[in-house]
Amino acid sequence: MAEVLERVTKIIVDRLGVDEAQVSLEASFKDDLGADSLDVVELVMELEDEFNMEISDDDAEKIATVGDAVNYINGKM
Amino acid sequence: MTFSLKGKTYVVMGVANKRSIAWGIAKSLHGAGANLIFTYAGERLEGSVRELAGSLDQNYPVLPCDVTQDEDIAKCFKDIKELVGTIQGVAHCIAFANKEELNGDYLNVTRDGFLLAHNISSYSLTAVAKEAKKLMPDGGSIVTLTYIGGERAIENYNVMGVAKASLDASVRYLAKDLGRENIRVNSISAGPIRTLSAKGVSDFNLILKEIEEKAPLRRNTTPEEVGDTAVFLFSELSRGITGENIHVDSGFHIM
Repeated sequence: MAEVLERVTKIIVDRLGVDEAQVSLEASFKDDLGADSLDVVELVMELEDEFNMEISDDDAEKIATVGDAVNYINGKM
Repeated sequence: MTFSLKGKTYVVMGVANKRSIAWGIAKSLHGAGANLIFTYAGERLEGSVRELAGSLDQNYPVLPCDVTQDEDIAKCFKDIKELVGTIQGVAHCIAFANKEELNGDYLNVTRDGFLLAHNISSYSLTAVAKEAKKLMPDGGSIVTLTYIGGERAIENYNVMGVAKASLDASVRYLAKDLGRENIRVNSISAGPIRTLSAKGVSDFNLILKEIEEKAPLRRNTTPEEVGDTAVFLFSELSRGITGENIHVDSGFHIM
């Protein structure tokens, strides 16, 4: 869990240019981290690459917070 | 006759990020010795394009160009003229449609959505050709990106396919008009590639799987493969080719 969060956090910090301290499990990509819809698509693609998995459109739509992403990845690994 | 593009300058329009096919073309052109000028649409993409252009270590110019505005295109190419005088070609890698319309039935497209897709994805080539022509007094080569969804009906590609059909026809008519000035116009029909734009098409991952299973080469297309074909179309090696569409799709189009 910790390792996944670490890797997800790094991607978020890189892509969105936010401070690491802002990236909590509760943080919403759109509301708290300033991501627009294109950012979210880019993030999903980065996560697919990083964790070598496929995230379907339906699943991607349900990922709203950092915690959602971490849980989803943990569930698929 | 060689592949070398040393001393030649090309305008690359439509890089969004490192996954962009336009970026694959830029890398191939750079590798062939060409000089590049990048254009981007909207402030949102500026940083990403500047970062990528900077990674090529040549201080390539990066200019804004909103292809929905004629004045903007004119200004962009005027600025390019001031920077380099003449160019030898343009890579037009621009398309857009509303994400909601790249899903389900084509029949549900709206008039506005239809016009928007055609404006940005098809008319922009003609609008750009008008201005680029002025910078190619000694001839040149224009390459655009199309997709098999313009030749046949592909699930979820919908209005973008109709716009690509219009783009394909534009390639032929522009080739006819610009042939007099020794400017060639061709398109590359790339197999599906995992770009930001492609992710806007519903269930894109399923399309990629189909290629891996059915295309003669049994693998998906890479931006580098498209880039290398673009280098061919920009180089003298392709001097007898215009109005043509080359499929770089692992052979999927014959199936």
